[in-house]
Amino acid sequence: MSAQVQENPRSPADREQRRAQVVAALARVIPADAILSEQTAPYECDGLTAYRAPPLVVVLPQTESEVAGVLATCHALGVPIVARGAGTGLSGGAMPHRMGVSLALARFDKILRLDPAAGTAVVQCGVRNLAISEAAARYGLYYAPDPSSQIACTIGGNVAENSGGVHCLKYGLTLHNVLRVRGFTASGDAVEFGSEALDAPGLDLLPLVVGSEGMLAVTLEVSVKLTPKPQLARCIMASFADIEAAGAAVANIIARGLIPAGLELMDKPMTAVAEDYVHAGYDLEAAAILLCESDGTPEEVEEEIHRMTQVLAESGATRIEVSRDEAQRLRFWSGRKNAFPASGGISPDYMCMDSTIPRRCLAEMLRAIEVMSGKHGLRCVNVFHAGDGNLHPLILFDANDPDQMRRCEAFGAEILEMSVRLGGTVTGEHGVGVEKLNSMCVQFSPEEREAFFAVKRAFDPDGILNPDKVIPTLQRCAEYGKMHVHHGELKFAELPRF
Amino acid sequence: MSLHEAPALLRLVDQVRDAAARRSPLDIRGGGTKAFYGETPRGEPFDAASLAGIVCYEPSELVVTARAGTPLDELESVLAARGQCLAFEPPRFAPGGTVGGMVAAGLSGPSRAAVGSLRDFVMGASLLNGRGELLHFGGQVMKNVAGYDVSRVLAGSWGVLGVLCEVSLKVLPVATAAETLEFDRDEAGALAEFASWRSQPLPLRALAWHRGRLVVRLAGAAAAVGSACATLGGIAVAPDDARDFWQALRDQRHVFFRPTPAELSTGLALWRLSLPATAPPIDLPGEQMIEWGGALRWWRTAAPASAVRAAASGMGGHATLVRAAAKPDGAFARPGAALMRIHLGLKRAFDPEGVFNPGRLYAEF
Repeated sequence: MSAQVQENPRSPADREQRRAQVVAALARVIPADAILSEQTAPYECDGLTAYRAPPLVVVLPQTESEVAGVLATCHALGVPIVARGAGTGLSGGAMPHRMGVSLALARFDKILRLDPAAGTAVVQCGVRNLAISEAAARYGLYYAPDPSSQIACTIGGNVAENSGGVHCLKYGLTLHNVLRVRGFTASGDAVEFGSEALDAPGLDLLPLVVGSEGMLAVTLEVSVKLTPKPQLARCIMASFADIEAAGAAVANIIARGLIPAGLELMDKPMTAVAEDYVHAGYDLEAAAILLCESDGTPEEVEEEIHRMTQVLAESGATRIEVSRDEAQRLRFWSGRKNAFPASGGISPDYMCMDSTIPRRCLAEMLRAIEVMSGKHGLRCVNVFHAGDGNLHPLILFDANDPDQMRRCEAFGAEILEMSVRLGGTVTGEHGVGVEKLNSMCVQFSPEEREAFFAVKRAFDPDGILNPDKVIPTLQRCAEYGKMHVHHGELKFAELPRF
Repeated sequence: MSLHEAPALLRLVDQVRDAAARRSPLDIRGGGTKAFYGETPRGEPFDAASLAGIVCYEPSELVVTARAGTPLDELESVLAARGQCLAFEPPRFAPGGTVGGMVAAGLSGPSRAAVGSLRDFVMGASLLNGRGELLHFGGQVMKNVAGYDVSRVLAGSWGVLGVLCEVSLKVLPVATAAETLEFDRDEAGALAEFASWRSQPLPLRALAWHRGRLVVRLAGAAAAVGSACATLGGIAVAPDDARDFWQALRDQRHVFFRPTPAELSTGLALWRLSLPATAPPIDLPGEQMIEWGGALRWWRTAAPASAVRAAASGMGGHATLVRAAAKPDGAFARPGAALMRIHLGLKRAFDPEGVFNPGRLYAEF
């Protein structure tokens, strides 16, 4: 995939001059060894490696006053700032700006306070997601959101992306598990969103900041909610002979008042790829496999597993297996958790889509993807967070073949457009970043995109923080040439289109 | 009929454009049940209740979409018929409240600490801005990170950013089992119990304390509720009494929450203090009711506003003056200067002419 952010037209000589000016100014607020102007290649991309840009400068501050100094300096000079944590994001949200400073915050890696009585932890932005749960384990607590990159990804990045995980249906997203975010605005003002109380004065700005992809403020410290660790978890693995029956089983479980801790679906091609990779003993004959988990006290889990098994059987499951112990439960999950690397093993490249659709549209969507796969001549395997409607089709292709690259992008765009038509969204948890800018033209009207720009201006009037991401300009959408679709209707039909 | 073709919407659009052209403030009203809360509304009454009705309800999707004027009672009875509910238990101060008013006030009831706030359950919203444009944010799906999450900012915005037209809310199944227990505890003892229970995997749904009585509601799978009752002990409250108690708390019909005009005239006021749950007991004159496991402390007190606000902010929280004869220093606590600049920027973004509910939240806008 080629980088799609517009290159700044400045000449190389201009860029070097600008770099020297910025480095000199930064050297007044941060030690010289925390400024990188060469050998910045490791910072050129995030987890979406196909989109790259060289940063003008990388800074690695160690104290909050250094961060404030960097912000004030960049603000005064009009230099863009792109904050980054572990760089595991999947939409290019942390891709550097060619004329900007990449603000690497990984050194803010301290857990500042862990309060079991309050059920909260106060952590710096560079603390890894899993490290919070590891530290809380001795109190029988954990941090619930578990994105698949949780070994590496940081809480600051989770706040930027409003990260999810496989347990969202029961335990919520990052937003539902964060109480307070403290940091700086683009101009270097100290700000605090939310509070350690359950609400804060004024408009609730926390939902804007969480998921804002680093465009509204720089996060330095986060208060998170900790959850008592369930005593037991058990998982049901159910096979279905057709996708419709699997989709209906998901609806039936929820309609019966059950909220599984995890509810995941893999289609037949995905199951085959995963089985080959982990040898979990998946049913290779099934059109779809459903993993349905219950957690809680032993009595609660027994009651739920009984009811879930009953519903799955009534919904036409052809094979049902319940994990007997923790080892078997982890084996059931192993293929699902390794879906991405397993797909990487059978294809030179894959593009992971991330749209969300109403659960009831699952079968319709998967059938449509099958047709698109034939039309574009590329294979596609599907994993689905069935509990929350978040679909991850993995399109398999070879990035060295420009034609496959083009077909892959067209295939992906078609999936996203169909998701919007079904009443869903182009991104459930990976973010827009640079990758899905065009798709935002389909999901939002010009007036809605203008409202987003206005929100951005309310926080960052000079457009310093992570510019050119998330919200496409009117011009860009005009060039993309796709009309905004909302629930299948063309809105504002009276407006001119160009 | 889709929202942007609804005749009621077209009428609202005309009214908003007309008010914006004249820069004439509008006082957005649903059922009028929360007019007492916050600052006194000013401007021409603007009836937003005409856009009503449940647009889409799919129990298996755990989501309901309703027009803002839908009566809250109607929404809750439709959900109840399918064994589902608004788990955040929004207060119904009086009959006639609407879905739009509920979201604009952003208030949650006794279960808030356990299940999340109203804001957490908002999945999407349609808003009429100050230019008379209909904007959609979020959607009908739980996981959605496309664009800024404007729909959730509308929760608790008191109508200052625009007219809420339609909202999608996450709904949850009613718990299969529920039990209410009570214990004799003084304030410090109750706060200590709350802290110790919070770190255990117990099916806690609501925790309250009033006049030496700690009351806990457990809800969830029957087996989990049964074993928690055995673990916690205490005295079981009869189901009817339990329901009455929690409803009186939720809707603030308990006599504690309703000072009489005579009481108010003596300077007594009802304050809402939102604090970290582990904040120690507060020393104010008057009477206290604790909810949310210690995170919400209601006071009936004649203490000066400055003392109540200082007590709350000293513990990392804030105080709201809910019922009083007068609110000369404002009802709501104020955010700091940097946040206030962001507030003003958002107000300009959505309501450039300043027509929606000016002064309802803060005097500046």
